Amino acid sequence: MTTWLLRRILQALLIVGAMSVTVFVAVNVIGDPVEVLISPEATQEERARLIASLGLDQPLWKQYLNFVSDALRGSLGNSFVYNEPALGLVFSRLPATLELAVLALLIAILVGIPLGLYAGLNPDSKASKTIMAGSILGFSLPTFWVGLVMIMVFAVQLGWLPSSGRGQTVEVFGVRWSFLTADGLQHMLLPAVNLALFKLSMVLRLTRAGTRETLSMDFVKFARAKGLKPARVIGVHVLKNIMIPIVTVLGLELGSLIAFAVVTETIFDWPGMGKLIVDSIYVLDRPVIVAYLMMIVLLFVTLNLIVDILYSVLDPRVRLESRT
Amino acid sequence: MTVTSVTDRNSPTLEVQDLKTHFFLKGGVLRAVDGVSFTVGRGKILGLVGESGSGKSITGFSIIGLIDPPGRITSGRILFRDRDLSKLSEKEMRQLRGNRIAMIFQDPMMTLNPVLRIDTQMVEAVLAHDKISKQEARARARDALGMVGIPSPEERLSAYPHQLSGGMRQRVAIAISMLHQPDLIIADEPTTALDVTIQAQILAEVQKLARDHGTALIWITHDLSVVAGLADEVAVMYAGRIVEQGNVDSVLDRSLHPYTHGLIGSVPSQNRARKRLVQIPGMTPNLLDLPPGCAFRSRCAHADMACEQDPPITTPEPNHALRCFHPQREYAA
Repeated sequence: MTTWLLRRILQALLIVGAMSVTVFVAVNVIGDPVEVLISPEATQEERARLIASLGLDQPLWKQYLNFVSDALRGSLGNSFVYNEPALGLVFSRLPATLELAVLALLIAILVGIPLGLYAGLNPDSKASKTIMAGSILGFSLPTFWVGLVMIMVFAVQLGWLPSSGRGQTVEVFGVRWSFLTADGLQHMLLPAVNLALFKLSMVLRLTRAGTRETLSMDFVKFARAKGLKPARVIGVHVLKNIMIPIVTVLGLELGSLIAFAVVTETIFDWPGMGKLIVDSIYVLDRPVIVAYLMMIVLLFVTLNLIVDILYSVLDPRVRLESRT
Repeated sequence: MTVTSVTDRNSPTLEVQDLKTHFFLKGGVLRAVDGVSFTVGRGKILGLVGESGSGKSITGFSIIGLIDPPGRITSGRILFRDRDLSKLSEKEMRQLRGNRIAMIFQDPMMTLNPVLRIDTQMVEAVLAHDKISKQEARARARDALGMVGIPSPEERLSAYPHQLSGGMRQRVAIAISMLHQPDLIIADEPTTALDVTIQAQILAEVQKLARDHGTALIWITHDLSVVAGLADEVAVMYAGRIVEQGNVDSVLDRSLHPYTHGLIGSVPSQNRARKRLVQIPGMTPNLLDLPPGCAFRSRCAHADMACEQDPPITTPEPNHALRCFHPQREYAA
């Protein structure tokens, strides 16, 4: 287990290294920030001074080496726009995105698994067919459109929920959270549901497919032949088996929830990382873009690692193979 | 729970009367079991023999009440210790399942839940019917493992199924079926997936367990040689019906139904070494559009016009029943 873990961590570090090169090169290709940052009336000398101060006069490989040596000391450079450490800027927006993503994930799990289980257990009932049809809408309608419709219906016409911002926040451990206040939760609800809709449909369909498949297995019939109550057969024998693919997918999807909250955050004006990255791309604020992308890379790598470990907890067969 | 009156001892453990289990499919009604009757006495072993699709497994699942839609028991009585199982509610049935009636499945690789440890799967089976502590249940599970010949049962308890061989897993399944010392065990081809040597060991152990505890046993198989060494009575099923049944010696030594001849002829034996094995021509008929009359007639060398009617049940000798117009004394081959 330990060697396996060490090997996995080493692999993860290699991926981070490779990604840093890709990200750095890609960001340098998409455009010249100087054009955006400097007013057209600036003289040639002012231009040169600014370029030198940003370190953009050096060759790309040198810029990269500087970036890596800074990164190893925990700095990803200063934002061109805010002149603050880029990493700090990204981190200051992290809690907003994180709480949104976690709430969306919770909605996806708490609604998706029970509905999927129901649809899997009663495949022919009207309710199940309605649920399945709804789930097709859930992952085929574009997020931005659903978000706009939700704002129109629930915020504008019914006036039940606010349409933008984080609402009232509470500071805990120096970080501002929305989910701890009633007003904040109200503000979170629409964007979280919007963000959750796709994952919810996916969890639902995954659960239903897993339930249908597992129910036909001999061990389920054997469990019933032992005289177990249906609650135990479904709740333990079936559910524990279908949790394996669901945990895998959800672990990876948490990463994409955070990474792709961009659309939802933009529509609901949620001041998270997604909003920051969109704004930064407009002004070609390279350090912030790089810092954000590197953080997403780290996030995915870490989540993959956690999923692998969780997987081995859930599935004893994986546990044994990984030891050898 | 186990109050055995005097009348109980004399009446058979299980009496199945004219059982019909049909599956209502889109393409029509599939008569998987179509009027099956037999009895199994206390401590007796009945061999239920037939090809794949003859309805023998469905008969077993009907008795233990695990027929899922679109299947349904449409008529007949299943008298288990004088109670009609087909009339019981699901809750009453659940209290019997695994407790008084147990079942062993065909494929030991699939019967144990791969993600639960052996002790979890055994303890839950004990606690489903007895209100005792977890420690007691675990001790009972350990004893049951020892009883079916599993070495170092304490270690095996904390193993996962994939850490055990097929033979070991089938012993675990048998141990689970024995946990409550049931009155009836339905074994659905439990040794088919195992090595011949393991098969022999398991047969011997099951036979001993059944004799020791007075457990009635229904042994579902397609292997007549297993039945010959194990069963007291045998019933040969074809297309949802029993075509020949009776005492194991008289049915196997003096078989009369052409289908039983075919089954016996297709077992390799040392006496008839280097001769071609006899095959039954054709395949089991499609149960969805079964014409009336004897279902075997399309594959039978002796069939004639008479076979287009349903053959009546005859009793050529005591404890030997038959459903055929043309009983054959000699082997057809």
